[in-house]
Amino acid sequence: MKLTNDVEELNKIARELRIDILTMLNKAVSGHSGGSLSAIDILTALYFGRMKHDPAMSVEEDRDKFVLSKGHGAPALYAVLAKCAYFERSQLNSLRKLNAMLSGHPFSPSTPGVEVSTGSLGQGLSMANGMALANKLDGKKGHVFCMMGDGENQEGQVWEAAMTSAHYGLDNVVAILDHNGLQIDGAVSDIMGVEPLDKKWAAFGWEVIEIDGHDMAAILDAIDRALAVKGKPALILAHTVKGKGVSFMENKAEYHGVPPSDDELKIALEELLPA
Amino acid sequence: MNGVTRSVEKKSLRDAYGATLLELGDSNKNIVVLDADLSSSTRTSKFAKKHADRFFNMGVAEQDMISTAAGFAAAGKIPFVSTFAIFATGRAWDQVRQSVCLSGMNVKIVASHGGITVGEDGPTHQALEDITLMRVLPNLTVIVPADAHETSAVIKKVAETDGPFYVRTSRDKFPVLFDEGQPFEIGKGTVMRDGSDVTIIACGVMVSKALTAAEILLADGISAVVINMPTIKPIDEDLILKMAETTGAIVTAEEHSVIGGLGGAVAEVVSEKRPCPVVKVGMKSGFGKSGKPEELLNAYNMNSAAIVEASLRAVSMKL
Repeated sequence: MKLTNDVEELNKIARELRIDILTMLNKAVSGHSGGSLSAIDILTALYFGRMKHDPAMSVEEDRDKFVLSKGHGAPALYAVLAKCAYFERSQLNSLRKLNAMLSGHPFSPSTPGVEVSTGSLGQGLSMANGMALANKLDGKKGHVFCMMGDGENQEGQVWEAAMTSAHYGLDNVVAILDHNGLQIDGAVSDIMGVEPLDKKWAAFGWEVIEIDGHDMAAILDAIDRALAVKGKPALILAHTVKGKGVSFMENKAEYHGVPPSDDELKIALEELLPA
Repeated sequence: MNGVTRSVEKKSLRDAYGATLLELGDSNKNIVVLDADLSSSTRTSKFAKKHADRFFNMGVAEQDMISTAAGFAAAGKIPFVSTFAIFATGRAWDQVRQSVCLSGMNVKIVASHGGITVGEDGPTHQALEDITLMRVLPNLTVIVPADAHETSAVIKKVAETDGPFYVRTSRDKFPVLFDEGQPFEIGKGTVMRDGSDVTIIACGVMVSKALTAAEILLADGISAVVINMPTIKPIDEDLILKMAETTGAIVTAEEHSVIGGLGGAVAEVVSEKRPCPVVKVGMKSGFGKSGKPEELLNAYNMNSAAIVEASLRAVSMKL
């Protein structure tokens, strides 16, 4: 895939992908809007700005891999993969439908470009570690990126995996924490506090890079800094806004697992489409 | 029969696993091994010593271990994952389901310390539900070898067969039933002793108990078939149905709960396709307790006497 450093271009792609996300969710009549929109700028930066990857798998030896541990953000991943031509764009219309390629949560056997199946929270970083350890064994240079949610950090396995990455010095693992502050039942701080996330991850042996997860230039820079870390894993602590880009969805826990209605989609598209 | 020799010699299944894994590791560089701080007990320590670069101690973190193994498999490795049966299947059940089975990952879970023969460590460490927990999972093949030599054959077969496996071994040494180098076929039960009145289908340590029971029954004039059924899933339906037809009565024997294990699997087959009495020998009293392996097998009626009694009952209930 040809990558770009052009922040304007990446922001344009992210805006298009937001439209794809909302449209596919509307057609599916179920699914997770808020967390897909909070993640999409980072996913755009990864797939169109930094990750060495190719739908034809022509760079298999040293290709970078991505694990969406917060599997409910699948629409964001699907929008990206379709734009990268891992599968036909028309597949987006059949999200969550019977026998469709695109399952409600990422399911690797059916979807090209999906490395592992995720959705039961807390397991993605462990799987990313396994892939990264295999890369080290084989002398492959590829990195494994893993995106988690902040609510997901309530899962004990996340911290088991955090220990593993640090213990084995996995500098080929880059975790990204989509820190939008909300989970299904409300604010993360009200449901089960996870702070201080920066200090926790640092205490677990990680290099922590804190950014605004919607500032495209900052995201690119953070990825570069994470890739340059040697001898230990890096975590990009990305402060994000759940529902980012759609005024009535922003910072609303209610839109965690709810798609836009027809009327809501119309308003959202008006906001997102260039005037 | 068929060259099967009965012997009082006992051998360790986990030792056989450790030795076979070491041997496979020499020839297949794709094999990696993960353990959760029990490598000296599960015997993966032998592999760890020789192939340190391909051994990963994950600490006391079974959930992370199972998912990490799935990651290895996604990258083309053949991960063997070992800990005690209770932790591999209970503590990490969701990881086995979501990270491994859902995508059919090529992960080999080989757990030692199955059943009540764990002994003195007591009920926290005695896996009496693991076969049920694993059998219900799609894509997963479930195997319970009966002796050390069968264990070696199973491990070799599992290593060369793509897909997820659960193999249950033991802490205790079990009587040797098979010759060394005996081949193993997934999904096939073997007739250890022929007969006509009742069929005893057993796995693990209960196979040797079943053979003893068959001799006792013969003295009572009852001729029992004894089948070793190492593959619990996919179960050998053809053999079960054939025996249901020819003997009309079945007893199952396992070192495991009578709910959902080998007995459950057999009952599922005959109830739908060729109904006949199925009497189950296994754990019927909830959790175990501390004690010596043989003491516990006797205390909870997982012994030859229980198989004899069950066989008489099965025969009396013939349709």
